[in-house]
Amino acid sequence: MRLLIWLAMAFVVAMPARAELVIEITRGVENPIKIAVVPFRVKSSGAFDVDLARLIESNLERSGQFIRVSRDTMLSLPGPEDQIFYRDWRAIDSEYTVVGSIERDAQGLLVRYGLHDVFGERVLFAERIPGSQESLRDIGHYISDRIYEALTGIKGIFSTRLLYVSAERRSEKDQTFKLILSDADGGRPRTIFQSSEPILSPAWSPDGSRVAYMSFRGKRPGIYVQTLATGEVQKVTDFKGLNSAPSFSPDGRKLVLTLSRDGNPEIYIANLRTGELERMTNHFAIDTEASWSPDGRSILFTSSRGGKPQLYMLNVADKTTKRVTFDGDYNSNGAFTPDGESIVFVHRTNERFHIARMNLKTRELRILTETDLDESPSVAPNGTMLIYATSDEEKGLLGLVSMDGRVRVRLPSISESVREPAWSPFFN
Amino acid sequence: MNILKQAKAVGIAAVLAVLAGCAGQVNEQAGGASSTSGATAANVAQLKSEAMAADTLFFFEFDKSDLKQEALDDLDAHAKYLSADRTSKVRLEGHADERGTRAYNLALGERRANSVARYLVIQGVNRSQIETVSYGEERPLSLSRDDNGWSRNRRVELIYQ
Repeated sequence: MRLLIWLAMAFVVAMPARAELVIEITRGVENPIKIAVVPFRVKSSGAFDVDLARLIESNLERSGQFIRVSRDTMLSLPGPEDQIFYRDWRAIDSEYTVVGSIERDAQGLLVRYGLHDVFGERVLFAERIPGSQESLRDIGHYISDRIYEALTGIKGIFSTRLLYVSAERRSEKDQTFKLILSDADGGRPRTIFQSSEPILSPAWSPDGSRVAYMSFRGKRPGIYVQTLATGEVQKVTDFKGLNSAPSFSPDGRKLVLTLSRDGNPEIYIANLRTGELERMTNHFAIDTEASWSPDGRSILFTSSRGGKPQLYMLNVADKTTKRVTFDGDYNSNGAFTPDGESIVFVHRTNERFHIARMNLKTRELRILTETDLDESPSVAPNGTMLIYATSDEEKGLLGLVSMDGRVRVRLPSISESVREPAWSPFFN
Repeated sequence: MNILKQAKAVGIAAVLAVLAGCAGQVNEQAGGASSTSGATAANVAQLKSEAMAADTLFFFEFDKSDLKQEALDDLDAHAKYLSADRTSKVRLEGHADERGTRAYNLALGERRANSVARYLVIQGVNRSQIETVSYGEERPLSLSRDDNGWSRNRRVELIYQ
């Protein structure tokens, strides 16, 4: 019937560090682009600790729009200077072929690669990229972005980053929470903050230079903004009661957040330069999980003012609110897609929690995930996918799903339980 | 006995409803009503031992923050001791189960801790003797992913400081 490619046989990305995420595609798209990424020829002595070809094919495959041609079936392994016999690649059903090489030189190292159109029998482009051992993964992500954009017309997200929270639990009151920054494929995880108390709601600044989150310093929760390059931390609020769920304004100057300092959880806007606070809601119900629209004019938030958690839209200029979700008895933790036309959120149906997307104009609702306890959707900056948190029997996992729900990729972590993913903006 | 308890619960529900209406402002002025004046040392010791024997875990329904009737006797024991000894302090930690979103659950945990705090204040405890904090769904007691486990996790823990 349908030509759905099921890659249920999980493949594993070779990665050095133990705590990194393993990728497993559970569903794919119809007719993905078939691409052969030839192992990059090593032209100097000594090995490199990143297999660029594997990294690139895994990146492309994770988008759901590509499928790799297995190395084992390749009839030859040409380098970038070699003549390409297109017939050989047609024979193994490859639509595009990537060839490359890597060598050490006086400056560090040099990567060359080219992308070939097998049916058109021509080179689409070729590049030389100088770098260092430390930048090899960056080079692999850059090449993936170039290929992805050339073949799909959409800007790639392989050079973006993820933030997420991991938790290691020894007992109820003995846990270690870590805020982790990693590559978009889960590689190079780095702990940027650690605490024995919960860390929640990490959020990126629009330029990707800072992150906001809730954590406890002492016995009280507060909202903090951390500059990634320097590690410098700014306290935004630590009032009595809740200080939670921060989200940056599109200009990066303000945070919208939840405070209960007046007795009840309300939405406030905090000016990061002046420290000035403006209260945006006033209702005895729970108001929280605010998220700014890309044009800065609206704020989407969760409120229980109707009796059950539902999403509401707040007009920043006049503070009026309008209910947005009506299907289902639990809709929460909403966020806008980058084009501002849709929202994604957690939606409960049949006692199960899924990620859903709703077009704000047509009001068409689409459920994107089919596991249970799915939460924290965060949309990739090119709007093609979102990352979310889900779980298996024992621990929290991260998953990716395309915006039409067709492609699903699980990113199970090897050791710790992970949650609260936040996808960075583009850095370039 | 039962009828008395019922009547008490209804009365409290009504008071809580009124208090909820004027959000948060109530806590400061409450508490002065019953003082330690009548309490003798022996009396305080007796109330303390009763409080220490009382339950310190109070459970809630999904997405709800109203106290269950079965919590009231134990809370009364804590309230009597806390009112008799103004130097005693408690920390109320509010929690939620893992269902629903984390930041919302953080708010829900706070509401649960506040409902216990309000009840204690109505019973004569000073608001300054009570500290509240919410951990949302981040510190589950039970890791069982079923109704049983979830019902244990929707709780307020009362901890003497």
